[in-house]
Amino acid sequence: MAFDPTLAEFRFGTGRSPRLEAPASVDAMLSALTRADSMVRVFPVPPFSSIAEDARRHQSLQRAIRRNEGDVESQKEEFKKLRSRFSARKWRYAARQLARGLETEDGFRERLVAFWADHFTVVSKSFVTRPAVSMFIDEAIRPHVAGRFADLLRAATLHPMMLFYLDQTRSVGPNSPFAKGKPNRGLNENLAREVLELHSLGVDGAYGQDDVRQLAELFAGLGGNVPDGFKYFERRGEPGPEYVLGRAFGRRKPKIEDVHEVLDTLATHPDTAAHVARKLAVHFFSDTPDPDLVAALETRFLETGGDLTSVYAALLEHPTAFSRPMRKVRRPVEFIVAGLRALGMRGKTLTNLTPKRFRQLVTTPAQLMGQTWQTPTGPDGWPEDTGHWITPQGLAARIDWAMGVQGASELELSDPRDFVDVALGSLASERTLFAAGAAETRGDGIGLVLSSPEFQRR
Amino acid sequence: MVSRRDFLRASAALGCSAAASPLLTPVTLAAAPWDARLVVIILRGGMDGLDVVQPYGDRDLAALRGRELKFGESAGAADLDGFFALHPAMSPLIPLWAAGELSFAHAVSTPYRDKRSHFDGQDLLEAGGGFGPGERVARDGWLNRMLQSVPGVEARTAYAIGREDLLLLKGAAPVSNWAPGTEMRISPQAELLLEMTYHEDPLFRDAVTEALELTRTMAATVEAAPDDDMMAMQEMMKQAKGGRGHLEVAEFAVERLREETRIAAFSINGWDTHNNQRYVLSRALGRLADTILALKIGLGPLWAGTTVLALTEFGRTVRQNGTAGTDHGTGGAMLLAGGAIRGGIVHGKWPGLSEGDLYAGRDLLPTEDVRAYAASAIRGLYGLPVSVLESAVFPGLDMAQAPGVIL
Repeated sequence: MAFDPTLAEFRFGTGRSPRLEAPASVDAMLSALTRADSMVRVFPVPPFSSIAEDARRHQSLQRAIRRNEGDVESQKEEFKKLRSRFSARKWRYAARQLARGLETEDGFRERLVAFWADHFTVVSKSFVTRPAVSMFIDEAIRPHVAGRFADLLRAATLHPMMLFYLDQTRSVGPNSPFAKGKPNRGLNENLAREVLELHSLGVDGAYGQDDVRQLAELFAGLGGNVPDGFKYFERRGEPGPEYVLGRAFGRRKPKIEDVHEVLDTLATHPDTAAHVARKLAVHFFSDTPDPDLVAALETRFLETGGDLTSVYAALLEHPTAFSRPMRKVRRPVEFIVAGLRALGMRGKTLTNLTPKRFRQLVTTPAQLMGQTWQTPTGPDGWPEDTGHWITPQGLAARIDWAMGVQGASELELSDPRDFVDVALGSLASERTLFAAGAAETRGDGIGLVLSSPEFQRR
Repeated sequence: MVSRRDFLRASAALGCSAAASPLLTPVTLAAAPWDARLVVIILRGGMDGLDVVQPYGDRDLAALRGRELKFGESAGAADLDGFFALHPAMSPLIPLWAAGELSFAHAVSTPYRDKRSHFDGQDLLEAGGGFGPGERVARDGWLNRMLQSVPGVEARTAYAIGREDLLLLKGAAPVSNWAPGTEMRISPQAELLLEMTYHEDPLFRDAVTEALELTRTMAATVEAAPDDDMMAMQEMMKQAKGGRGHLEVAEFAVERLREETRIAAFSINGWDTHNNQRYVLSRALGRLADTILALKIGLGPLWAGTTVLALTEFGRTVRQNGTAGTDHGTGGAMLLAGGAIRGGIVHGKWPGLSEGDLYAGRDLLPTEDVRAYAASAIRGLYGLPVSVLESAVFPGLDMAQAPGVIL
């Protein structure tokens, strides 16, 4: 099937726009990935280290208040202000993250970032890390989406947000110098298990409980905290060697290079190639993808040692890449961004909203549609299957948002008969074209286009 | 081993048509009309059965726990039967235990073994079958297959509640899916046009048809004035600590179960206690206890005929881990509540906790299939024949030893 720009915008991008061009070819889509990431400059999210100062202050205020030290009243006041600053930052970065989808002509990159951020799901578990999920995505995921899978795996696994989320920071080797005389301290298996099950080999991969345990021993020592970021504590490491998938890693004295080595080994393992290939195919094409497509991705992954841009080339060059029907549906946040993009909203308009208004327009509706911002229920991220999202309650929330969005004062008025072309292009069905023209009001017409199956599928 | 993705593939292939399964022959219900209420709660994350229903009479427990994970009466747990004690966060349910409206099954699990994945574990718990290599993959949830085997089931008979998809109730029998707080504001004319645009896409068409019908149902119930039971439940909800989401789900379940609905299913999350279990588990148990109390209060006289089952995908390691928590294990505990059950009992065959008694040297050995308890409850409530339960609802289950759990 030949390249189709409209299909590219739906299946591999953030949707159609009245202002921005669709990609011109597969080559253009791939070469955009190799160029500088312009959206990150326009809508920047600061690094994880930028919350250090506030986090330290938060800690000391909390301690002082608990111990009743100093002027408690004014400290309480400051504590409250500081907390609202953490929340405000979370929403500000959320808006910037999504604004990129409104302004980009390199939509494939945004979709890949979302895909990998989901593959390496982290959820904030404390107040001070609320703004830090966006930071994790921008420093551990985004720079590596067009690089080697091994670099992505390493950056994601060793980021403090991942270590916090999967309980790694307090895990210590039972025979480490640190654990001497501390019978209560020892291993926590959580990160090791999920790295094998979700991030690399996949649940059908060739690992067992012993591999989980041994990997947890190798991971002992990975740690850090919010003010200082990542740190490797040699004294908490388990004296090696450890055996993962039948191979020995490390020696008596634990070191971070052992962790790098085991992650690199996992990153290029054939089971990882199969797992990643299948996940990409499921995400972009179908809940039951063409085995030939999965095989093509897997082969390319293995041939290139996990060079992701080469794998994406296999994805886009596959004969079914631009074929219909559209078997997947946009997830709620994707749906809302595509809707606002089609309605011509500018990224700056989104980032200029107050946090309250941003939540009202974007994240609260997304939650009702089943996707609470940056809070999937587990490390396996958001479900892929279409049936999960198009439930009666989920679809009702989508329709409710679609029917009301035209009333948003931030949006210019659109005529539904023009809008149907902007939003759907060649994908518009006769039925939707008719509905857009037959609606009683402008808002209903826009709502019907946004609610249409063509707009929600990709 | 059946993987999660096989399930997803299979459930996607099934679609959402409401045709009756040709594999099942409908059987006649023991009691018609159907009065008994059944609530099934999936506890996602792997509940630590050993910390909830603590075998404090087992002398091996102290060596495995008891550093941060304290247990028994000295730690505030209430004695149940001289051997087991109930976690302090469950103390609001002690009156139910005393009244014979609460029981547990211990050392139970599904036949899922070894990989200890939450996601496969949950899928298999909800599918209720397809555990062995080469076995037919269950494409639907066991609660839906139960509905497939009885006549006269309508969409409103069973509700899956919440914003998460529930495999447990997915399948060929018609059921309703809804979440409290959902609105769909649409003009009558746009509604007609929308139905037209959805006409050729079954996924969207079926979902919107159900959504429109449910919105109407909700609108009709809102008009009824709350009675004393509802008011008492709302009062209890106001007093409860720790978030509202689970209580809104419970309230919604109560509203539906007071009408034509007989079965409600939903999840309570937050059981994956790798770290600082004392704190995390107490919060999750608080949500579970408050949910059950809200059901009891809100259902009023209907509680006498109600059964609540709470199940989890697996138990956790018998030994406390190195971060004051526990890791993924195998055998665990299940909760039964309601006026319809045989209460005041901890069911099960206790395997012991000494080194040689453990599963794989680390987990509580499951001595019974947790599905046998669910099957026994269904049999007791609705009179389904053992043959249907063992073949259609829970393929591969042997009910020969299944205990009676319903009065």
